[in-house]
Amino acid sequence: MDLQTLTYLVVGGSFALYIAIALASKARSTGEFYVAGKNVHPVANGMATAADWMSAASFISMAGLIAFLGYDGAVYLMGWTGGYVLLALLLAPYLRKFGKFTVPDFIGDRYGSQAARVVAVVCLIVISFTYVAGQMRGVGIVFSRFLNVDISVGLGVGMAIVFFYAVLGGMKGITYTQVAQYCVLIFAYTVPAVFISFQVTGMPIPQLAFGSSVVEGGGVLLEKLDQVVTELGFAAYTSGSKSRIDVFFITMALMIGTAGLPHVIVRFFTVPRVRDARMSAGWALLFIALLYTTAPAVGALARLNLTQTIQPGPVGTALGNLAYADRPEWFKTWEDTGLLRFEDENGDGRIQYYDDANIEFSATAHSYGWRGNELRVDNDIIVLANPEIAGLPDWVVALVAAGGIAAALSTAAGLLLVISAAVSHDLLKSVFARRISERSELMASRMSAAVAILVAGYLGYNPPGFVAQVVALAFGLAAASLFPVILLGIFSFRVNKQGAIAGMLSGLAFTLGYIIYFKGVFVAPFAENSPENWLFGISPEGIGTLGALLNFAVAIGVSAVTPAPPAEVRALVERIRVPS
Amino acid sequence: MKQRSHWQDNLRLVGLCLTIWFVVSFGFGILFVDALNRVQIGGVQLGFWFAQQGSIYVFVALIFFYAWRMSVVDRRYGVEED
Repeated sequence: MDLQTLTYLVVGGSFALYIAIALASKARSTGEFYVAGKNVHPVANGMATAADWMSAASFISMAGLIAFLGYDGAVYLMGWTGGYVLLALLLAPYLRKFGKFTVPDFIGDRYGSQAARVVAVVCLIVISFTYVAGQMRGVGIVFSRFLNVDISVGLGVGMAIVFFYAVLGGMKGITYTQVAQYCVLIFAYTVPAVFISFQVTGMPIPQLAFGSSVVEGGGVLLEKLDQVVTELGFAAYTSGSKSRIDVFFITMALMIGTAGLPHVIVRFFTVPRVRDARMSAGWALLFIALLYTTAPAVGALARLNLTQTIQPGPVGTALGNLAYADRPEWFKTWEDTGLLRFEDENGDGRIQYYDDANIEFSATAHSYGWRGNELRVDNDIIVLANPEIAGLPDWVVALVAAGGIAAALSTAAGLLLVISAAVSHDLLKSVFARRISERSELMASRMSAAVAILVAGYLGYNPPGFVAQVVALAFGLAAASLFPVILLGIFSFRVNKQGAIAGMLSGLAFTLGYIIYFKGVFVAPFAENSPENWLFGISPEGIGTLGALLNFAVAIGVSAVTPAPPAEVRALVERIRVPS
Repeated sequence: MKQRSHWQDNLRLVGLCLTIWFVVSFGFGILFVDALNRVQIGGVQLGFWFAQQGSIYVFVALIFFYAWRMSVVDRRYGVEED
């Protein structure tokens, strides 16, 4: 059987599984639609959270990102896992005790204010839509790369599948498909990683291969990697090139942002008890950590593999570089997709891959007769091409396709659900049409899920120019708007509605303003996005940390000069602080 | 009164866990990474290892530790669920 047919079979089989699960878990009440009837086992919820959390970017791009960032990749590794500690200790158990359906529900009730609720809804919708646009794009790209169909067809199929289980099953349908999707994606991620680790270091466990010696030529993996890449003018793998303060702020912004993302928080509303919410966060992070501790090993191994393939001999010798005519089979495959591009700058028929932005090394390179870096490598190739580079059987390649699609679909579905709940529950039921019956609310939530899918599909097909910036935007906004007021709502009796609204708005405005100033969303950037121009040397990716601090300061300051919240708010806070 | 002491115990535990959370990630992995990189364990520089592996393991352990300790605290004050 050829690879194409096999891929269709494996991906088609995974779709059949998701649809079967959706049919078996149709939502019959708003409680089931929004929070799966609060009946999900903490381990199952952990898996669902992990699938919800790990997006197409985590699956396809992260290992490659780390491979080329080296030490600096730690901002993503720590940033996208450390937030779960904040979530488990500071938010999840108390919000579960609160016991309603959505994040704006909590903000509206705790601050006794419809205005606060609406501000929270607006923050939620902006965060979730920027995020989901990237996911739909990811679905389309995976389809088009592995199944050779047009991006729009891939997008259409993905939308249809999500439509089916999100509209029909709501949170209940999403939860159990996410459990299945987690199993598919983690299996698809670890199998090639184990093979590659074994091939390069003789140690099959990627987490341990990280510190092992390489089989060919000996020497410890990371030392060898440092040596190989610095010889070509790149920064040493283990030291990185971002400033320390920026690494600190980006990591913190991603952590706080993670804990403030509505589609992650709401997953902890679905377990039966407060102590399940605490445990479930642990399971979720354990399942996430399986991928997040494998990724840096994959990144390091692949970087070494790639560099040594291109530069098999000593740097600077005439025959040290790979001749283009002798390039391996996988090289040709990925050249076709445009993820690998070779341009023979000095016309010697060999590939020179080095850091030509490094001025000092460029001079040396010039003396070798090199005339510029000749190879452009897309980050995504590290995961996508891994099975072929390692010479793994076709079924593994097919599995990676199914895993990438599972990662994108599960995240998209989770995001679409919080958007629909925000519209039908927080806007319609709680503000505009309070007398609406449960049946009409359920109908409205299905309709808003359907509309959200269409909008997301449109954004995926016509991505706004700023799609590349959306990660910074979504995390920065979640960190600066929602996280601080939820936290203060639990840990302070004194912070009131004036404080919360002023806090959210100032955090949001500051962060959005800073990102637009340097990155230019909808408008041209106002200043060049470079360290000299940044406030305290903090990049737009890390500014959410300052936005969050500002939100805290404003909320506390404004509350101090306005009246304390009424007695029933105090009682609410007392109630959510204890499990029973 | 009982509720207040339960909350105080919770805050102490959260404080302890968050201190460890901060020290392993922002401390070992970022602020003191160069000093720790002088130490090598199992072929990896220690600061680099904390930044890309170790802190994640500690995070997982911290959450389970907190969940376990809190269920003990809940029982001590008689506020556990069924």
